[in-house]
Amino acid sequence: MSEPAAAAELRGIDKRFGAVRANRSISLRLARGSIHGLIGENGAGKSTVAQILYGYLLPDAGEIRVGGRQVHFRAPRDSIAAGIGMVHQHFMLVEPMTVLENLMLGCEAGPTLARGRAAALATLARLERKDGSSLDPEARVESLPVGSKQRVEILKALHRGAEILILDEPTAVLTPLETAALFRELRVLAADGKTILLVTHRLREVMEVTDAVTVLRQGEVVAERPTRETTPSELAALMIGRAPAPPARPPAHIGPPRLEVRELTVRDGEGVTRLDRASLTVHAGEIVAIAGVAGNGQSELIEALVGLTAPRGGSIRLDGTELVGLTAAERRRRGLGHIAEDRLRLGAIAGFSAAENALLGRQEEPQFAGGGLIRRTAAAAAVAAQMNAYDVRPAEPERRFALFSGGNQQKLVVARELERNPAVLVAGQPTRGVDVGAAELIHRRLLGLRGGGGAVLLVSADLEEIRLLADRILVLCGGRIAGELTPETADERRLGLLMAGAEAA
Amino acid sequence: MSGASPLLRWAEPVLVPLVNMAAALLLSGAVVLAAGADPIAAMRVLLQGSLGDPASLGYTLYYATNFIFTGLAVALPFHAGLFNIGGEGQAYIGGLLASLVCLFLGPALGWAAVPLAVLAAAAGGALWALGPAWLRVTRGSHVVITTIMFNFIASAVMTFLIVNLLIAPGQSAPESVPFVPTAWMPSLGALGPSPLNLSFPLALLLAAAAWVLLWRMRAGFALRAAGANPEAARAAGISVARATLLALMLGGALAGLVAVNELMGSQHRLLLEFPAGYGFMGIAVALMGRNHPLGIVVASVFFGALYQGGTELSFDLPQVTRDIVVVIEGLAILFCGALENLFRRRIAALLDRQARA
Repeated sequence: MSEPAAAAELRGIDKRFGAVRANRSISLRLARGSIHGLIGENGAGKSTVAQILYGYLLPDAGEIRVGGRQVHFRAPRDSIAAGIGMVHQHFMLVEPMTVLENLMLGCEAGPTLARGRAAALATLARLERKDGSSLDPEARVESLPVGSKQRVEILKALHRGAEILILDEPTAVLTPLETAALFRELRVLAADGKTILLVTHRLREVMEVTDAVTVLRQGEVVAERPTRETTPSELAALMIGRAPAPPARPPAHIGPPRLEVRELTVRDGEGVTRLDRASLTVHAGEIVAIAGVAGNGQSELIEALVGLTAPRGGSIRLDGTELVGLTAAERRRRGLGHIAEDRLRLGAIAGFSAAENALLGRQEEPQFAGGGLIRRTAAAAAVAAQMNAYDVRPAEPERRFALFSGGNQQKLVVARELERNPAVLVAGQPTRGVDVGAAELIHRRLLGLRGGGGAVLLVSADLEEIRLLADRILVLCGGRIAGELTPETADERRLGLLMAGAEAA
Repeated sequence: MSGASPLLRWAEPVLVPLVNMAAALLLSGAVVLAAGADPIAAMRVLLQGSLGDPASLGYTLYYATNFIFTGLAVALPFHAGLFNIGGEGQAYIGGLLASLVCLFLGPALGWAAVPLAVLAAAAGGALWALGPAWLRVTRGSHVVITTIMFNFIASAVMTFLIVNLLIAPGQSAPESVPFVPTAWMPSLGALGPSPLNLSFPLALLLAAAAWVLLWRMRAGFALRAAGANPEAARAAGISVARATLLALMLGGALAGLVAVNELMGSQHRLLLEFPAGYGFMGIAVALMGRNHPLGIVVASVFFGALYQGGTELSFDLPQVTRDIVVVIEGLAILFCGALENLFRRRIAALLDRQARA
């Protein structure tokens, strides 16, 4: 078998940030027409590699070759000219503009927009013929579901002539269905001769869609494998430098009910019912999981429980106390903890230090405030202890929250909420965007809370996580509880059917 | 990426404003040269006229006092995510309440007139900020619009009151009768003949208090959290409405204290349009001081010196008119506020290289 031509190649790339060596003599070869996975834990240097290939960062040493020729990118515009496109984790789209207008951005081709418009329409038509899907060119981007927005990003890169596509954690924001659609599209593109670099930390996705995979650990390439010659457990071991050890769920010691939700109904601003008479109970020493396709009422359930939206009807009792009508602060005082689904929107303040974020929501606890003053040394000591217990790196309490990697941010938020030892913890996507090692740690802590008599309501898009942790699984579909399963009876098929609303159990 | 060593973290916030200020002065020199004057001589007059003798320094600090009040009046709401452009009107209404106390209660109150009038000035400013704050909390109205509109209302109300009711009898100038001397803010004119008064140490004290509030108190933490991420603040049990009311009313109270310096400390009567743009200058002061109380004090002294030295400049060098002085002020604001990041990156890179070497 002859070696296929390399579409792009990195050789001996070094990159340092101050004292941190983010990349150490990285070599990476992307075969033309292949899907190449780049995996590693948070902070292993994946994003740095991607940003160097995209020309966003300049390497300290090493060379980049595209199509066999050495190139020197000074900015993304050089890499775009060389046929490289990037789909960022946080989309770079102008939301109020239409799909077509977003495609045309930067390719207007003249003052009247007519030529740019025609070219963009042609691209759309050509690509749709290939993969058979369709996207309304006049739809406003803000009205599209996340999966379609991502498609617009891909189309944008292709419209600019990308032959090599870099996707940075593309599935982090997608539902399982959208992920499947993305992978279908990536395969079509690869078959068409495009080369794809898929940056991810999800092993299942690497196994499912890639042709080859490169594993990074602490800034170095530790292995490169054709995907069909490796296994998820081998990759996991390579990533974290040891065999993964998912925590075991000890038998439950179920106590009295701690969280009782009855007939909870939530309507949104337009009067649409988002949560329809949902009832559930979580007992002491129990983890109850909410499964479902994103957008079926999970977020509304969480926000009603923690006091961010007022329900239309129903009751929420915590250890017998009615919570409806109480403010978020009053609910927290009564022992409710909340790991926000989206840490940067609801869980933390990006511009504050880690220590100040450790105070957030705890600013009234006597431990942290007295006489109107904040006890800063107590907050700094608390966050230092949390950083130690959760292996947050770097362990600098005064470092700005935004400067921590996503996994470390999540650990800080989880640590803060668990530290309070809540009676009831509402955990929304507790391991979103964190690597295998950190997820294991968070899972162990959630089980620890359960073991200590806490009640955990786990809302997660990750079915493996749900099966690993939950004592009972409730499926939300269209704002209703569609059924209840145990981890033993919750096979992929039954869960899928309930989530799709096909079976009433 | 700098910030590894504490020395470097400290060097950047000091070096950057210095370089910016130098750039502003260099360009100002060019403007003075173009106007036909000697920039070196102009610089000497500016320095001499603002800091050279006790009287000049007194005037500089007297102007700086107003800037500290209005700068803080912008900065506190800014930390809560609110842009208070109503300092002008808040100062005006603060002046109304302070003057009412001085004029009508002053003679009876004796020594208590001053503290009471100071509180009245703060209360007036806070009251004038309550309107926009209330509209914000209950209706979501944008405070940039409402605070600006409240400036016009204050101006109209005050013109009516001063011209028709409070004007000194038998006089055509739109001014009240003088306050009784017991209602004057005690002068610090012993330093030299200037209107500098106790308001200046009061302003310094309140700047320190603002710092304590923002970074050491629970209310300040809530205020900053509400400004930085209102949704996360709400999820953490912080009342964004309360933070909004607190920030705007404290800002209004600080702006109201301009009346203490201007009316009780210097003019000793209520007069038309006394806020004279100090409220708006507060925006530039807060911008240049990066909304930090210490930065605001430094920026206030800088602008105070420019005000005072600029006046001397237009006296001493006829080519440098009052308008040229305004241009120089504008350049200072441009470089130190709006073009903040012009040199920042280069300086950071330089420091970084130094650190590694």
